[in-house]
Amino acid sequence: MLGLYRPGRSFVHRMPAGVKLCVLVAAGIGSVFLDHAWQVAVALVVVGLLYLAAGLSPTAIGRQLRPLLWIGLVTAVFHLVVNGWQRAVVVVGVVAALVLLAGLVTLTTRTSDLVAAVVRAARPLRLLRVDPERLGLTIAVAIRCVPVVVGLANEVRDAQRARGLTASPRAFAVPLLVRSLRHADALGEALAARGLDD
Amino acid sequence: MPVIEVNGVSHTYDDGRTVLSDLDLRLDEPRVGVVGANGSGKSTFARLLNGLVLPTAGTVTIDGLDSKRDGRAVRRRVGFCFTDPDAQIVMPTVAEDVAFGLRRRGFSKVEVGRRTEAALTAYGLDGHADHPAHLLSGGQKQLLALASVLVTEPELLVMDEPTTLLDLRNAMRVATAVAALPQQVLLVTHHLDLLADFDRVLVFDEGRVVCDDSPEPAVAHYRKLMDAP
Repeated sequence: MLGLYRPGRSFVHRMPAGVKLCVLVAAGIGSVFLDHAWQVAVALVVVGLLYLAAGLSPTAIGRQLRPLLWIGLVTAVFHLVVNGWQRAVVVVGVVAALVLLAGLVTLTTRTSDLVAAVVRAARPLRLLRVDPERLGLTIAVAIRCVPVVVGLANEVRDAQRARGLTASPRAFAVPLLVRSLRHADALGEALAARGLDD
Repeated sequence: MPVIEVNGVSHTYDDGRTVLSDLDLRLDEPRVGVVGANGSGKSTFARLLNGLVLPTAGTVTIDGLDSKRDGRAVRRRVGFCFTDPDAQIVMPTVAEDVAFGLRRRGFSKVEVGRRTEAALTAYGLDGHADHPAHLLSGGQKQLLALASVLVTEPELLVMDEPTTLLDLRNAMRVATAVAALPQQVLLVTHHLDLLADFDRVLVFDEGRVVCDDSPEPAVAHYRKLMDAP
């Protein structure tokens, strides 16, 4: 979601964002019922084929799975020892398939389309006086702010290193919090200037 | 060109700091520059013009529209460009950020797409439409911020130190883009070279306009002010 979108014209790209999110939720629920290694293998093959259909290379699959490597290994070893190899394959395979599917949604859907789908789904919340547009904007702005806060954290860490404060959580957290709050203020001002409340 | 009228304006923040005192101005020139030391009140002055800050005394009007009473109409006429584009870009991708202001104005999806594409092309960002905004260079981010404001076609563009965080090349790119605008522009800046072709320059000091002249004498006055002990 943080800028992973890859433009394309495949049927996966053209599928409405709401449908993709529903499929993702259904897959999450359905995964509970997968009990055999062959079922998980089929699920992984289907997801892999969807990546190919979307015009994405196997490298994209690897990139989605890389962050899972260590946690996947620990989980696999745990289940191997406690529940046997079949359970280990099922658990790790299901997690990998769901992460790949979620990755496929973000790789093939613009953030604005995902947000629009959330806004549509949240319309009934109007009865509870929740503004769906504002909810969607909050999600989009939150997504936008993640790389900004990561950038601020890097700057604070560099400043820490430059002054020799390599292992001080307080010297890291306080300036990061202050700068994040300042950024939030500036962002609020920018939203007002661009007509958020009009 | 819109007419900016500032009548008897003072502004005091909640903590008791008075940053602007008794300003009376009428600005109808296409290019107006504002210079002054840090804390001289120039950024607060810029924010008064589109209602981001409301005067604690006096009135600010744009073409007769009062910033207090007609805030929404004033904001539609006055676009605002901030110093730090990272704080101004509110959406994750380049095209989405340009489209943000248009969507809020109720344009159809087709019209939003058409105007967004045109704005991206105009500012050399057409190859970056689906790119994450945070991966752009500093200059491209400021051009994106500019495109996102100008796509809604404001009549007046207020810019608060838009080149301060940029290197010379990117500052020149932004300056060239601004120079080509048909809109009235009020530019707050520390880059005095940018004001050479301006029609009028205001020098702020301690919340007051201490010089209001054409660029050369105004900049000379500002330099003298900064040299004073």
